[in-house]
Amino acid sequence: MSTTISSSTKRMAAAALVAALGVTTLAACGTEDVRDAAGKTGAPAPKTVTLVSHDSFNASKEVLAEFTKETGFKVKVLKAGDAGEAVNKEILTKGSPQGDVFFGVDNTLLSRALDNGIFVPYEAKGVDRVPATYRLDKENRVTPIDSGDICVNYDKKYFADKKLAPPVTFDDLAKPAYKDLLVVENPERSSPGLGFLLGTAAKYGDEGWQDYWTKLKANGVKTVDSWELAYNQEFSGSAGGKQAKGDRPLVVSYASSPPVEVLYGEPQPKVAPTGVSTGTCFRQIEFAGLLNGAKNPEGGKALIDFLISKKFQEDMPLQMFVNPVAKDAALPELFTKHGVVVEQPETMAPEKIAEKRDPWIQQWSSLVLK
Amino acid sequence: MAAPVVFFALFFAWPVVSIVERGLRVDGAWQFGRFGETLSRPEILDVLWFTCWQALASTGLTLLIALPGAYVFARFDFRGKGLLRAVVTIPFVMPTVMVGTAFLALVGRGGLLDGLWGVRLDGTVWAILIAHVFFNYAVVVRTVGGLWAQLDPRQEEAARVLGASRWRAWRTVTLPALAPSVAAAALMVFLFTASSFAVVQILGGSTYSTLETEIYRQTVVRFDLTTAAVLTMVQFVAVGLVLAVHARIVRRRETALRLVAPEETARRPRGAGQWALFVVVLVSVALLIVLPLGVLVERSFATSHGYGLDYYRALQTPDPSGTFLVPLLDTIGNSLRYAVVATLIALVIGGLAAAALTRRAGRLVRGFDALLMLPLGVSAVTVGFGFLITLDEPPFDLRASWILVPLAQALVGVPFVVRTMLPVLRAVDDRLREAAAVLGASPWRAWREVDLPLVRRALLIAAGFAFAVSLGEFGATVFIARPDSPTLTVAVARLLGRPGELNYGQAMALSTILMVVCAVSLLLLERLRTERTSGEF
Repeated sequence: MSTTISSSTKRMAAAALVAALGVTTLAACGTEDVRDAAGKTGAPAPKTVTLVSHDSFNASKEVLAEFTKETGFKVKVLKAGDAGEAVNKEILTKGSPQGDVFFGVDNTLLSRALDNGIFVPYEAKGVDRVPATYRLDKENRVTPIDSGDICVNYDKKYFADKKLAPPVTFDDLAKPAYKDLLVVENPERSSPGLGFLLGTAAKYGDEGWQDYWTKLKANGVKTVDSWELAYNQEFSGSAGGKQAKGDRPLVVSYASSPPVEVLYGEPQPKVAPTGVSTGTCFRQIEFAGLLNGAKNPEGGKALIDFLISKKFQEDMPLQMFVNPVAKDAALPELFTKHGVVVEQPETMAPEKIAEKRDPWIQQWSSLVLK
Repeated sequence: MAAPVVFFALFFAWPVVSIVERGLRVDGAWQFGRFGETLSRPEILDVLWFTCWQALASTGLTLLIALPGAYVFARFDFRGKGLLRAVVTIPFVMPTVMVGTAFLALVGRGGLLDGLWGVRLDGTVWAILIAHVFFNYAVVVRTVGGLWAQLDPRQEEAARVLGASRWRAWRTVTLPALAPSVAAAALMVFLFTASSFAVVQILGGSTYSTLETEIYRQTVVRFDLTTAAVLTMVQFVAVGLVLAVHARIVRRRETALRLVAPEETARRPRGAGQWALFVVVLVSVALLIVLPLGVLVERSFATSHGYGLDYYRALQTPDPSGTFLVPLLDTIGNSLRYAVVATLIALVIGGLAAAALTRRAGRLVRGFDALLMLPLGVSAVTVGFGFLITLDEPPFDLRASWILVPLAQALVGVPFVVRTMLPVLRAVDDRLREAAAVLGASPWRAWREVDLPLVRRALLIAAGFAFAVSLGEFGATVFIARPDSPTLTVAVARLLGRPGELNYGQAMALSTILMVVCAVSLLLLERLRTERTSGEF
């Protein structure tokens, strides 16, 4: 909240606007959308619970309807930009949040969110079904919901044609056999790009990753600004890349990308056109938390319980292309058939990421971009 | 006057001031020291320098290429003119990501230039400049062309008869009359390109950054609100200076003009010179606008097994994973609904402001005129984050309401409405109004009978702009649009964010549909105009 502009000024301005905009505002008030947007204080607990998330959030209609049936709460979803933007917006509106629950803060942003106190503790029912490796906050201010791996993907056709074995590890990527083949995202502007950088830092150490990137640079690594540009423009294994004559058969993407390629094939292929270099992965964990100042905390708690329920966990993979964290949730056939299991992903503590992120990105920029 | 002031104060000034204050005052202490420190960093100076010169270069290039176009559209009568005018406006609504893709296909690896001469422009400033011309061509054609078409050609002919050369007649008669609208167009193009975001990111790669990309970086990536606030203040000052210069130029030039019906001034091109100009303009439009759009259309049909309608067919069925809860075709309806509301708001607010600005030329009013242009030059990120911390209390907890989408879109539409209407309104001879008053007409009736018929054309051009701005708007829409009712542009962005051929193909197909929707809507607006012109003047 702004400290200099009192709420009475706000109300006056608001009243003046209602008068001035007249027709437009009246027309707007006529619809039910505006009615359910206004938080009613003092009345019995609102029937709507609002979930704030990033742009990639998805859930199937049936599963959300199931939640309403079980609890009586209707879920309203607000998408607040990409993951970083969404978290910053929550920090900015701390105490007067846009919704009740926030989903989508990952391990690279977790410290920033927790240090700013946007969440209040809540131990979700059934959280004991989630392995301890995912439960990074001991105070339960956030609950792990899903995990995914950021890995190098390869264009199977390219390597088959060249009779070359695709790379498997970080070390491989710096070998002469794979010169000028890899495209990565700028870690400052893209979350897979950041994940990949953190993966190399976890692998080669705080002082070793710079040497590795010097080698990658000498081996012709190309950097672009976003995943969209890397995957749809530069990567030779995607539909967009083929049309754009993309000439990079290696791209930083997700371990789930090959099954998604199958799902959205036209027609669906029998095997995925792309593969995963399983030794180049960085583990991303996404969390949800009850927002500090939520208007409907009861609904919010019920929603967090629901997010780790078997039903939601099993719905997630095909909606957001991530893995469930609850032990009892089974993966869909698409994933077991076309996906890979990443045995040893690189990881890093959120506190360390928060501390090193900016200096590392700066070092990376002067090392790779200049 | 009151409505535009309140609208502007509530949905622009207040959010922006609040977010800047949040950045500049940390724990109750003002951080003015940060100004000097931030502004002496060499990388920030680089950003400022690049922002200015690329915007100036883009504006100059756009005027150079589009002014002949404005002349052709204003003075020549040819078959398919309405359609072509709609086509040049399409870039305005295209998602920048798509435009980036199209330009990369033309000037990047394996593109047209690469194939012909081995020239690649991706990652160079040329790609950015050309894309800026692509986006802003319509701004010049519509703003300048609108007035040009209504200038009485007989005045220039009179000068010729009196012995002036063609050039001299144009320079001394037509150019001074056009100056206010050329200045208005230049101003809008400058503000647009100075705050260019996605074009710079996609076509310039990681090498170039503008003030806008830097504010985004500081706000969203680094969450350094203080630096962002300093940069926003710099943006304010810069935009303010530009507006002041513009106001000075315009004030000296604006005079009452003799306006006639556009249909009276347009005729078929005659003589080798006119035909040559006509052909040059058509070729430039084809290369610069039709070709990039064509790339996207082509890709929407190109499946992995030859050309076909597969992607369009897929749009009618729900997504295999059920991600989009409705068939993607429904997004057209959502986009149109927002656009209609946003256009109405922009017309009401902008129209009232323009009317008020015509009459009273006091210093205060002129200042307000300049303020209304600010939303074009100020970062969308700043406004968006500002909304979050201001519009958060009943009765104006609008953060979760759909109305915020058209409101935010109208904020960008209003400057266009004001800038297209004002030159025409000011050109209306005041004596006409006085005559009406003398004959006993009330001010309202004088406005309705004198001003309205003369500005109807400008009003429709303005409506076209506001509509196009809204159709193409992305930032505010993606933030507020409900997952179950995405707009076209939001759906395109989500499709592009996922792997898989069908997603990519459907994004191309939806973009093509967006082009058609835009062209058809603008053609309908044009029709509205021609049906009513009889007996107008």
